[in-house]
Amino acid sequence: MPSFVIEEKCDGCKGGEKTACMYICPNDLMVLDEERMKAYNSEPDMCWECYNCVKICPTQAIEVRGYADFCPLGASVQPMRGTEDIMWTIKFRGGTIKRFKFPIRTTPEGSAPPDGGFGVGPGTLDDQLLFTEPASLKTDKLWTLGD
Amino acid sequence: MQNFETVEITTDFLIIGSGMAGSGACVEAGHWAKQHNVKVTVVDKAAMERSGAVAMGLSAINQYIGDNTPIDYLSYVQQDLMGLCRDDLVMDIARHVNGTVHMYEGFGLPIWKDDQGNYVHEGRWQLMINGESYKAIVAEAGKNAIGMDNIIERVFVVQLLMDKNDKKRVAGAIGFSVREPKIYVFKFKACLVCAGGAVHVFRPRSTGEGMGRAWYPPWNSGSSSYLTTMAGAEMSSQEVIFVPARFKDGYGPVGAWFLLFKAEATSASGRNYMAEGLSEGGELHNWPPYGKVKPIPTCLRNHLMMIEMYEKGDGPILMHTDKAIARLTEEEPDPKKRKRKLKELESEAWEDFLDMTISQAVLWASKDVFPEQGPSEIMPSEPYFIGSHSGASGAWVSGPEDLQSDESKNEYFWGYNRMTTIKGLFAAGDAVGNSSHKFSSGSFTEGRIAAKAAVKFCVENPDMPAIDDAEVEKLKEKILQPLKTYEEHSKYTTLGAVKKRYDLPVEEVNPNFITPKMAMFRLNKIMDEYVAGWGSQYKCSATTLNIALDLLQLLKEDLHKLAARNLHELLRCWENVHRVLIAEAHTRHKLFREETRWPGYYYRTDFPKIDEEKWGDVFVNSVYDAEKDEFKVFTRPKIKIVEIKEVVGM
Repeated sequence: MPSFVIEEKCDGCKGGEKTACMYICPNDLMVLDEERMKAYNSEPDMCWECYNCVKICPTQAIEVRGYADFCPLGASVQPMRGTEDIMWTIKFRGGTIKRFKFPIRTTPEGSAPPDGGFGVGPGTLDDQLLFTEPASLKTDKLWTLGD
Repeated sequence: MQNFETVEITTDFLIIGSGMAGSGACVEAGHWAKQHNVKVTVVDKAAMERSGAVAMGLSAINQYIGDNTPIDYLSYVQQDLMGLCRDDLVMDIARHVNGTVHMYEGFGLPIWKDDQGNYVHEGRWQLMINGESYKAIVAEAGKNAIGMDNIIERVFVVQLLMDKNDKKRVAGAIGFSVREPKIYVFKFKACLVCAGGAVHVFRPRSTGEGMGRAWYPPWNSGSSSYLTTMAGAEMSSQEVIFVPARFKDGYGPVGAWFLLFKAEATSASGRNYMAEGLSEGGELHNWPPYGKVKPIPTCLRNHLMMIEMYEKGDGPILMHTDKAIARLTEEEPDPKKRKRKLKELESEAWEDFLDMTISQAVLWASKDVFPEQGPSEIMPSEPYFIGSHSGASGAWVSGPEDLQSDESKNEYFWGYNRMTTIKGLFAAGDAVGNSSHKFSSGSFTEGRIAAKAAVKFCVENPDMPAIDDAEVEKLKEKILQPLKTYEEHSKYTTLGAVKKRYDLPVEEVNPNFITPKMAMFRLNKIMDEYVAGWGSQYKCSATTLNIALDLLQLLKEDLHKLAARNLHELLRCWENVHRVLIAEAHTRHKLFREETRWPGYYYRTDFPKIDEEKWGDVFVNSVYDAEKDEFKVFTRPKIKIVEIKEVVGM
């Protein structure tokens, strides 16, 4: 039903004000039932299957069941996202299993430097140079008409 | 109804939306703002870590010009858009975009490299990446640049506020928290609108719970267009919709299959309709001069497909993934290496889906589809508004001063790069018209360009404009009206009167109001049936467009009776108000341009041909008068700033 939450595994993120899935969902779909401390997808027909709730859930309580209007039942695609890579397990309806691992980033989480490592260039508010240029362009100067 | 607290935020420069363009704006503004003591604030309806169109990830960076020149890139964009783009805007992004991509590497985005350390290209302009965390990484750089204290998440901006003394000057914005009963009022000197394109204006092909499976994300609800249009900014090319052709149902990307694996698409009976269209006397020759030149524009590729499907009845269109894989493996004579190569290709093909359209992987797994065993269907999707891709809708903005000719300087430049025709109101990404094919990296770059110019504006216009407090009070009431409407009328019906465990997804039928979802369905039906959606095979005429305008007027009246049961539904109400305005603008622009310039995106059946003489060198622009609820539609010239000697391909 696009993303769904497994009753047994969800702990409502242990009493925080909001759950991890509520924090991340780009479409504001996830809701915490505070009485039961269980989260649920409140509007499955507006789910993009972006998997951000699946990837972020600390108890692996969220999975995706393909859109039922065109996906036959029985398959699953499940990620395990770490700090450097992501591992995908694809179970086909007929039983085939494929597994893929891809890198996700090359720097430690939280460390992305705004200048990308190029430092501050000579530009001022009155010229066309962006603050890291021309170093970030890896050329001597910024292109303009006539070049 | 519960009480709503008002939170007032005074800043110098407000960035509305923190997707690719917004993240770029943060990175750039961070530097200039600090240097000039300008306060920057960001607002997003979602969490910046995964907001916007790249929330899921991407498998490629689609704009990197490498050693090509900005003029080369312009030649490609102009060809793809059937002649119409702003030379200054396209070249401006192209000259900066390499720097952005190099910075991405520094942020930590894994870009594929070959044995020599060079980027792996998917096509001339496209780079392959491991892009699962693309958005999270660039958002992180943006956050590090301006600081988390200046980022407000889960607040939806409904409308901009104008200067009390100057209606051509922006002064503030108003919106609400989607999590707590709070109205937000922003006051500022300048703002940047980069709040995405529009999806679910047209009826999606999928139904029921699959409805969220649009190619572009469902949270792109036309906010950029609404905010700038309502402020009275001049808008451009609102008729230039985009229809991507993708794997059927899942809408998984075909770029890697076409460009990297060189797969062919044919009609059901196996004819290579693309080659036939290109050959002497073929269909593409009916669309001069663009049909005769390679690369074939995106709309014309769709057009050829649609002829097979709708006129010849030789659908579905098939992508021969199996043949492409077989050919690529045959190129390797050593059986051991061949096996390894096959494994690599398989991994690349699946990553293409898993990085950006996981649904397509789910679909293939559900149907036991193995690309090496047989072809898969491709299909044109429902239309979307996406100025950053092969569409062109958005605001009419000032370009950079140094990329103008004598002629264009009067038309395309008014002081601040990427400022709209409203003082202090800037735009970037999907919010800017006629600078197509910027994709993720170019949108980020355009955000940077706009942010630098906006900081300059703040420095040179240091006085804080004044907002009209009476207007703010009226707007507060208007914004919360859907909650009030529900409360007033819900108990009229048996379903509304019952205490419900969950509000959703049950729709309540009540003669006194309309739910946001049903308002969206009404809009989808009008647009699909009368304004050239997939249900009408992308065809419309003055007759159908005028019917649509009548129906849209009725819908607009009913929008005053929207009802919301909670803050989430209040968000949906206002998103749909946003969608309806771009729908109307789109319909009026389509009606105005009496030709068919982008067959494969839409057809005017009453003007079925391209008319270079009358429409080949003009943009269709419009200005909306919110007080009178009137659109004024007119043309602006397409000025050729540089001479293009030859079209540089993919």
